[in-house]
Amino acid sequence: MQPTTLILLSLVVPAIATAANMALSDNDNWRDGATLVASLVTFALVVALAVSGEYGAAVTVFSVMPGLELSFHVEPLGLLFALVASGLWIVTHIYAIGYMRGNNEHHQTRFFAFFSFSIAATMGIAFSANLFTLFLFYELLTLSTYPLVAHKETDEAKAGARTYLGILMSTSIVFLLVAVIWTWIIAGTTDFTLGGILAGNIEGPMVAVLLGLFAFGIGKAALMPFHRWLPAAMVAPTPVSALLHAVAVVKAGVFTMLKVGVYIFGIDFLSSTSASDWLVWLASASILIASVIALTKDNLKARLAYSTVSQLSYITLGMALATSMGVVGGGMHIAMHAAGKITLFMCAGAIYVAHHKTLVSELNGIGRKMPLTMAAFMIGALSIIGLPPFGGMWSKWLLGLAALDAGQVFVVAVLMLSSLLNVAYLLSIVARAFFLPADDGEDAGAIAEAPVACLIALVATALLSIVLFFQAGAIERLLAGLIS
Amino acid sequence: MAGEAAQTAKTLVDHLPVLQVVVPMLASPLCMLFARAGLAWAIAFAASLACLAISIALLATVVDGGVISYHLGGWEPPWGIEYRIDTANAFVLVIVSAIAALVLPYARQSIAAEIEAKHHALFYTCLLLCICGLLGVTATGDAFNVFVFLEISSLSTYALVALGAARDKRALTAAYNYLIMGTIGATFFVIGIGFLYMATGTLNMADLAERIAQLESNRTVRAAFAFIVVGIGMKLAIYPLHMWLPNAYTFAPSAVTAFLAATSTKVAIYVLLRFSFSVFSPGFEFERFTLLYVVLPFAVMAMFLASIAAVFQQDIKRLLAYSSIAQIGYMLLGIGLVTATGLAGSIIHLFNHAITKGALFMAVGAIVMQTGHTAIPKLAGLGRAMPLTGAAIVTGGLSLIGIPGTAGFISKWVLVSAALEKGWWPVALLIVASSLLAVVYVWKIVEIMYLKPAPQTSVGEAPLGLLLPTWGLAAACVFFGLWADLTIDAATDAANGLFGGGFAAR
Amino acid sequence: MDFEFIVGHLNYWLFIVLMMTGLYVVVARGNLVKKIVGLNLFQTAVFMLYISVGKVSGGTAPIFPADMKIDESVVYSNPLPHVLILTAIVVGVATTALGLALIVRIREEYDTIEESHILTAELAIARRELADMDGER
Repeated sequence: MQPTTLILLSLVVPAIATAANMALSDNDNWRDGATLVASLVTFALVVALAVSGEYGAAVTVFSVMPGLELSFHVEPLGLLFALVASGLWIVTHIYAIGYMRGNNEHHQTRFFAFFSFSIAATMGIAFSANLFTLFLFYELLTLSTYPLVAHKETDEAKAGARTYLGILMSTSIVFLLVAVIWTWIIAGTTDFTLGGILAGNIEGPMVAVLLGLFAFGIGKAALMPFHRWLPAAMVAPTPVSALLHAVAVVKAGVFTMLKVGVYIFGIDFLSSTSASDWLVWLASASILIASVIALTKDNLKARLAYSTVSQLSYITLGMALATSMGVVGGGMHIAMHAAGKITLFMCAGAIYVAHHKTLVSELNGIGRKMPLTMAAFMIGALSIIGLPPFGGMWSKWLLGLAALDAGQVFVVAVLMLSSLLNVAYLLSIVARAFFLPADDGEDAGAIAEAPVACLIALVATALLSIVLFFQAGAIERLLAGLIS
Repeated sequence: MAGEAAQTAKTLVDHLPVLQVVVPMLASPLCMLFARAGLAWAIAFAASLACLAISIALLATVVDGGVISYHLGGWEPPWGIEYRIDTANAFVLVIVSAIAALVLPYARQSIAAEIEAKHHALFYTCLLLCICGLLGVTATGDAFNVFVFLEISSLSTYALVALGAARDKRALTAAYNYLIMGTIGATFFVIGIGFLYMATGTLNMADLAERIAQLESNRTVRAAFAFIVVGIGMKLAIYPLHMWLPNAYTFAPSAVTAFLAATSTKVAIYVLLRFSFSVFSPGFEFERFTLLYVVLPFAVMAMFLASIAAVFQQDIKRLLAYSSIAQIGYMLLGIGLVTATGLAGSIIHLFNHAITKGALFMAVGAIVMQTGHTAIPKLAGLGRAMPLTGAAIVTGGLSLIGIPGTAGFISKWVLVSAALEKGWWPVALLIVASSLLAVVYVWKIVEIMYLKPAPQTSVGEAPLGLLLPTWGLAAACVFFGLWADLTIDAATDAANGLFGGGFAAR
Repeated sequence: MDFEFIVGHLNYWLFIVLMMTGLYVVVARGNLVKKIVGLNLFQTAVFMLYISVGKVSGGTAPIFPADMKIDESVVYSNPLPHVLILTAIVVGVATTALGLALIVRIREEYDTIEESHILTAELAIARRELADMDGER
């Protein structure tokens, strides 16, 4: 098949899954089976694209406005993002079947339908060939995840969903849209071009202003102070938090950030104008502050959410350093953090399904009841912290090198301090689970794990973190296309 | 007169500009004479289809920048009345007649539920007169003729609004207040035309344009411009003159609200455009000042204050009415920028908002038919009880916000680029910031419809007769959000035609 | 501004006075019928403005002799404004008729034609609706 056909199919298949979900709403097994098939097909399509190795294949679907087209292309960063999102969709879907049925959740058809649709939107983001297309799918992703966040329909869920929609919409409409139109006016195009399209069209402090509009406009990157939506989104069922709010949605944010840095500004242009220096400071602050907040959270998902806020800023930081090493490190962190964080969220969900516990302080001794789950949790935690032999180590390593390369030595200190904070807020949970005695009145000995579907998924992603440690070279080779 | 001989051998096609107006005008009394609802509906629907065909034919003829000049009764302008069709008004003609052709099939079942049976034939009579008036205002090239058609459409509108009395008696006072405000507006307008006539001795727009160009410092001409802006401002509900609109839209029958919201203020905007950019020219210092320091600030106030008012409404029709006032603010803002791109933004928003609001009010009409309510708290759970109607409201709502992939986004894009092109940062930010208010009031409805459990009453989906036109417009919101080449080209042509001197290139 | 200016623009002064009187009546009167009367005054003022500017000083009625032997020396007034106003008068009559018809219907429904009473009645309806909605919550 032509690469362009593959791109379009990878968008269409999840969208078909949405339609199939609605059509098969009467029969749960058929409905969830259809989605599983769609997720496998989507992943196969993206893998086929990766194997074909044809970067630069581009397809224009149609012209929306004179000079503005809906078009897609294949480039290394997008391919990596698409691989991560579609690959983890399979795992998450299996997990979601176990979770949704195990919890007897209502409106499961609506849930799965919008879930598939947000994957379609994510694929659109990953392959978009210009800012305009990216913006379109960016907004679609916000809208299609809203029903998922509001899924429980309680007042708390509604309030959380309001914050979610409010912040993501406000930032994207007020800052990002203006930034996109501004780019279009001064550069005459919004196409992603290696080396950037802005050099020579804008100068002086305005470069920093435009970068600011982008950085704050991409609310999905959860750069402080526009991070509040992410903890708010944790009212959603856990599969949503796992795939969307640890992988698809937030990675769409930082992915956009990297795309803008590499293909709109251009790394050389950024480093020659020093326009992104302020962003290095802001991202560093975001990393540390979010980690400290995570320490104070007792709710497990909230703690993981703040951890995500902090980790996302690593990727923004990679872009802001404006070195090729930083971009590769940032790009690689998309994959590494995705594997680690999705494991953590799935474990949190498994604990909820099996024991209905949501607070860290309730987890004493749970490691003895759910040994497999908590082992996976530990692997995920170690990967996030950045220890070998887990994937998270490589991206942090590259980011550290990039900071030295850019002469920003304090960033190395920030990275080290952040790792220590990670240890404090993640490993304390593992320690509590395995070494503290269970709270009285509970049967300590018996093993009570979550449904098998959940277990398979979280073990798979935990193993993925280990595999990624050994396969980091492949990702680096893939991303090398960004800097040539 | 002199030109008569040259105008003898005309085919039917040459008469299209006048047929556009005459068809609904003649069909209207027929509806009254036959006095049977079904027959009247058939006549009205046929007339609306004919209008649509004519307007499309006209647009096809002038789309490349051509101009049709039709001399009524063969009297050579400036003595006789001239109909002048260029891209700008052909575009508006298509909007009005397309909406009419969609509202009529919708109206049949909708008014059956909302209006007493004995008034049905009269309803179609009034609706056709209203269509005739709006088309006439748009097609004519004669300033006084604008007033006459404006009043034809307004008078029939007052009657149409009053027909809502079968559902809520407040429709009567809404119509009465609209009548008073509308007549004052129309009279201001006619005073302005009178002053122009005194200063120039002509009523033909093209002639006026030529003569005004030499009379820029004339105080009568300035007064005329002021009177015209205020008069037409009353009709188009420019911000402080909007008081008639919320009640009229709220209490009018649903089909009427859908039709008026999509067309009547749009035609008034067109008249403002025509007078500001063709009859007067933006080079006219007094006009530029008016647009910049009066119209633009009021436009911004409308965008914010009317949107805030919309947020606090408890009735969905009234909420959408306030939203209309805010959206009119966007169109005026494009005019206030006084650039070709700004003008194109206005024209494209005129179209996009027409289809968006049309779809929304039609969907609300479907809810009225099934539940009898328009109070927002009573919409709970309707997203599930009436899935198709609910989805149409969401689609229209997204277009109102300006989500990419909907028509509203295209307008926003063009307007923001117009502001940025001019270097007007704050205005660009104001546009996007005010659209956040739209998020708030649209989501207020979405949340109630989808996330609040329904009370234990069985409400079914609306009949197809209502759903099809509603979805026709809702689909148009998406279609023109993705394939906007067509609309943008037409709007840009129209703007260039208006802006580049308009009649100067006669 | 001398005496001649004032007298020379007499029709305009009358127009302004009449128009403002009409507008004032529309705004200030609470009786719906009186509002319509004010509206008529307002419109009539405009009619007068149009008609008076059609007058050419020394001009006679713009009617040509039946045999169409036009004497070049005769000055005719401008007929066009008169014709226009004929249309405007028709519009004015239609507006008045519609306004009065609406008042009849309002009287049937509200039992009053005083604006303040109508407002009170509408306020009561709105209150009832709000209370109804609160019950729904």
